[in-house]
Amino acid sequence: MFGFLLARLGLVIPTFLGITILAFGLIRMVPGDPIELMAGERGITPERHARLRAEMGFDRPLPVQYADYVVRSLHGDLGKSIVTRESVLTEFLTLFPATVELALSAMLVALVIGLPAGILAAVNRGGPLDYAVMGFSLTGYSMPIFWWALLLILTFSVTLGWTPVTGRIGLVYFFEPVTGFMLIDSLRSDQPGAFVSAVRHLILPALALGTIPMAVIARMTRSAMLEVLSEDYVRTARAKGASPLRVVGIHALRNALIPVVTVIGLQVGSLFAGAVLTETIFAWPGIGKWLIESINRRDYPVLQGGLLLVASVIILVNLLVDLTYGAINPRIRRG
Amino acid sequence: MRSLFLAAACAAALMAGSGAAFAQSKPLAFCSEGSPENFGPMTATSGTSNTAAATPIYNRLIEFDRGTTDLVPGLAESYDVSADGTVYTLKLRKGVKFHKTSYFTPTRDFNADDVLFTINRQFDKKHPYYPVNGGKYEYFSSLGMEDALAKVEKIDDYTVRLTIKEALSPFVTNLAMDFMSMYSAEYADKLMAAKTPEKIDLEPIGTGAFQFVAYQKDAVIRYRANADYWKPKAAVTDLIFAITPDAAVRFAKLKANECQVMALPAPADIAAMKTDANINLMEREGLNVGYLAYNVEKKPLDDVRVRKALNMAVNKAAIIQAIYLGAGKAAKNPMPPTIWGYNDAVQDDPYDPEAAKKLLADAGLANGFETDIWAMPVSRPYNPGARRMAEMIQADWEKIGVKGKIVTFEWAEYLKRGRSGEHQTYLLGWTGDTGDPDNFLFELLGCSAAKNGGNRARWCNQDFEALVQKARKTAVKTERTAFYEQAQVIFKKEAPWLTIAHSVAYVPMRKGVEGFKMDPLGRYDFYAVSVK
Repeated sequence: MFGFLLARLGLVIPTFLGITILAFGLIRMVPGDPIELMAGERGITPERHARLRAEMGFDRPLPVQYADYVVRSLHGDLGKSIVTRESVLTEFLTLFPATVELALSAMLVALVIGLPAGILAAVNRGGPLDYAVMGFSLTGYSMPIFWWALLLILTFSVTLGWTPVTGRIGLVYFFEPVTGFMLIDSLRSDQPGAFVSAVRHLILPALALGTIPMAVIARMTRSAMLEVLSEDYVRTARAKGASPLRVVGIHALRNALIPVVTVIGLQVGSLFAGAVLTETIFAWPGIGKWLIESINRRDYPVLQGGLLLVASVIILVNLLVDLTYGAINPRIRRG
Repeated sequence: MRSLFLAAACAAALMAGSGAAFAQSKPLAFCSEGSPENFGPMTATSGTSNTAAATPIYNRLIEFDRGTTDLVPGLAESYDVSADGTVYTLKLRKGVKFHKTSYFTPTRDFNADDVLFTINRQFDKKHPYYPVNGGKYEYFSSLGMEDALAKVEKIDDYTVRLTIKEALSPFVTNLAMDFMSMYSAEYADKLMAAKTPEKIDLEPIGTGAFQFVAYQKDAVIRYRANADYWKPKAAVTDLIFAITPDAAVRFAKLKANECQVMALPAPADIAAMKTDANINLMEREGLNVGYLAYNVEKKPLDDVRVRKALNMAVNKAAIIQAIYLGAGKAAKNPMPPTIWGYNDAVQDDPYDPEAAKKLLADAGLANGFETDIWAMPVSRPYNPGARRMAEMIQADWEKIGVKGKIVTFEWAEYLKRGRSGEHQTYLLGWTGDTGDPDNFLFELLGCSAAKNGGNRARWCNQDFEALVQKARKTAVKTERTAFYEQAQVIFKKEAPWLTIAHSVAYVPMRKGVEGFKMDPLGRYDFYAVSVK
């Protein structure tokens, strides 16, 4: 187990190095710089342009800038946004809990609906339930988030008035964020109704973001279950008279879960990608929107630092997923 | 010496003295389009930041009268200009209180030290606050304050003297701009002593109608009415900005009454807003112009006959219908009619492809020629759909034998290449900063702008330049008006641009919101606004 962990961690270092090169290089390959954008329609003399570039340190040779970035990052200094002048780490820590809260809720929605739906489809293979689940999941998977989110808002918030349109909590509730997780903060605040308001605000964004992983999980669970259900040991379990619930729920599901867990791990990356759109539509103050805005403004420090942080999170999650295999199936555990 | 503002100052004093107050109302939620860069009007320059900081939290020495670009007294009760137009002596208002908040309690009223702090932070490179938060004062330098100012002096606690190198009439308008918002020197000193000077732009202290309460990035900004405001207290006690980047979602929130006023509606939603019984849609012509610049340094566009022919070939009415969805007005001058000095006597080039063909033939181009048409990749208030517009212009030019090739780049690259003059014809536009004609004519068409790239036509006409320069040097508005009117005649005759349109700006709000006035400079001002 320890050796396995070490081998995994060994891979992390080159991965990080690759990420820094990508984050640094890609941004600089995009034409135009922050000063061009700041000047906008206005004119700017070449001298002034050069002076501003020098003040921001962008006039130094690229390898020097890169080395500076890596060395500073290693010291935990990710620099300051050139737009807001706030430290990149502070901004990230302010916004990240909102993204995590949204992503976890979306994953919860995806699991709670996707997993049972996949199992039901597998057990009723070829039946109407199977076709229904597969049809819905294909639709859900193909739905553009942007359009789907607006459709949800128009139906549930504007027409029916069941849920609020956007935001994280009703505007009447006001307390200082402590953890950054609105569900926790609203409970801590002791303001009556705050928690319920936070939950109500979370429903639509979580549903919008959770739809694609839900579809993927449902389909993956179904195919994994079908494979496992035809295995010898399942037949044996049936033959010895185990109840169908026990056969499906214990013998089959546990083994079918391994590819599903892999998919869940991979979905974390796409959850972050989907969060960009979901956050923009639902005015959700997370990191997706933050990064997109930084690209538009060529806020190099935010992009370099932000991408590094997001990548770290994804690497960490995938590491955890690898470790979970062992917990689910002892045969994968290594010495 | 001329003493200005006296009458207006008296009227304001009377109003304040009478203790008139607005009826108190429910909280007001505003669906804004984005997060401010920060809360320091000197360092943050976007319209979004100005709406979030300069307008509610701060005052200027001189202010724009609500809903107009007319200047009225602000924290300066009056000012005198010396006969040669270079020395401005400002008398400051007494008894103006800075905000008392959870993080700062002022011990003194606003005075000359605050004015000196505000100007010197941006002007004096040795000032301890100059490098704080980046040390870049975009507007202060780009509007020429850096070059124009010679001296800033405190005469006594309530008198300040500003000396400029040479007479410059837009100078006084600059004093009303957001970057000249008055900060508290006492607060700055306190922050410096606590070694947290950067907070000056993050936790703001001003003298404005609303004081800052809390900000959650990308989510909410909260303000409370300033109880000690030097004018009647604001009508709403709680002002909340719900930051909502998507225009369709802002509209949904307005319909659900989650906010009562919204920023920047999508053009496609305007028709639905007009018919919604719960929504009032305010509109006014924007302070902008959308144009196509002809690069006069490139052949055959250096020939005025060719430029005129291209102008006459374009069906402007069709563009306004298709691109602005009717929410635009054909432009004939390089500045909008909402600005003083607009010359309404100027005749626009008629839409006449036959005459255009004849002009081209006169110029020796009977068989037409090839050119490029640069189109912006982004939607801007003055031009919501440049790509589509370029296609329409291309089709119109085709009819007189001119072959246009559409060119586009990513926005930053587009701006950069345009400034260096790579194009032949170039779509762009401008939203005014100040409401002064100089901000259009000098900034976009002057000879110095031809050098720094702000003048995309690279057009430097000595007669036009002389008029604009003369107007910069006199403070008498009637004289300036005459100069600007003549300058517009020359502009039309020389045709460095195809002037396309001035777009209309809209502000949708719930019925029951009262007292809102649309700001010509595009900010949202909630002073005197109430909610029933």
